[in-house]
Amino acid sequence: MIRFMLAIIRRDLLLVARQPAEMINPLVFFLLVIAMFPLGISPEASLLSQTAAGVIWVAAMLATLLSLELLFKLDHDDGSLEQLLLAPYPSWSLVIAKVFVHWLVSGLPLILISPLIATMLFLPSEAVPTLMLSLLLGTPTLSLLGAIGAALVTGVRGGGMLLTLLILPLYVPVIIFGASSVAAAAQGMPGDGYMALLAAMFVFALMITPWAAGSALKL
Amino acid sequence: MSFIPSAIPELMCTSDLACERDFRVLYSGLSLSVKAGELWHVKGCNGAGKTTLLRQLAGLHPVDIGKVLYPQTSIKIIYIGHKLGLKEQLTADENLSWLVGLDGSSTQLQRYAALERAGLKGYEENTVAQLSAGQKRRVALARLHLCKADVWLLDEPFTSLDHQGIEDEQDWLNQHTLAGGAVLMTSHQEVSLPQVNILDLSQYAELSSSSPSSGGGSST
Repeated sequence: MIRFMLAIIRRDLLLVARQPAEMINPLVFFLLVIAMFPLGISPEASLLSQTAAGVIWVAAMLATLLSLELLFKLDHDDGSLEQLLLAPYPSWSLVIAKVFVHWLVSGLPLILISPLIATMLFLPSEAVPTLMLSLLLGTPTLSLLGAIGAALVTGVRGGGMLLTLLILPLYVPVIIFGASSVAAAAQGMPGDGYMALLAAMFVFALMITPWAAGSALKL
Repeated sequence: MSFIPSAIPELMCTSDLACERDFRVLYSGLSLSVKAGELWHVKGCNGAGKTTLLRQLAGLHPVDIGKVLYPQTSIKIIYIGHKLGLKEQLTADENLSWLVGLDGSSTQLQRYAALERAGLKGYEENTVAQLSAGQKRRVALARLHLCKADVWLLDEPFTSLDHQGIEDEQDWLNQHTLAGGAVLMTSHQEVSLPQVNILDLSQYAELSSSSPSSGGGSST
């Protein structure tokens, strides 16, 4: 089964490498939102440092959502999803592999450039480790929860809007606690409680998603 | 082909299988027994449920009424549908590599040999997007040589193949059945092999469920 998952991961990464635009897209979107935000509000350092946590988190969520629709859709359209489901392995292993690649491509780059973004938005430097850690816990949760919606709307034409509606309520707690942890750290307060909740949500999503999305794919 | 029917192992059977789509019964009471070495040609007009039948047999479409059974435990099935499962951005060789890699393994040498048998010598490193419809089908079919599957479920395998391609493929079907495999395929073209059995879905349309005794249509 590990070999099956590795085969999927290798193939999906190869596909991303062949079409790097797909990989850069969420990242560019993320950067654009963050670059435009000070222009729209005000470039004042005090205001920006207060809003930075929320902006970064909302932008990260939107960037994740942007690429989610295609998570299973491309495989469904060309028939490779059928072949993946026919393989003699449980469908949850396929979900884990696909979500892992999704996170690797859409979540990990965000985490890596987040220190830069934090500086752009005048986030106090003490809060940067918290920001990175909260994103590290939060973005996989976003990818995992999103996979349930993506699996449900796979066969539906124009499922993008439906996906957003389905998934957004699930994203709300992640956003709240993610942004709160960074805001707390920016004010010099401990964010451990928020972090624990984020970790709990991640573990919960990790338990429920592979099973739920795997079943949804078989519909 | 069938001198001692009882000694030939049964690879797959259905009992009273039915299919309903959008409140329309496509077929019902379909009892079929597929033995090693048999080639079944599923016939029926458009919308008769040929594709759905193959998908039910493969386990891709839910079976609500009736049963699909694989009497032997270690039966390997290969299903190639209308959608070929190829990635446009990958080369023919890479596509084969991951498709075969789903439940087996292959060396590059084997894949090149399979592609050559499929008439794609020299196209191994072309991306599938660059290939024609018939060549794409050949890439998908080349997989048949690499996966050692017992049962082949092929949905319209002759589509967009040229004359030579169809002849070659019939040759493979022949060899596979002679080697003890079984094939179920749909096609609107005739299969010119002596061991072909016809399964006409129109016999099972609507209310013909009272006569499952026919055992699944005429044979040889």
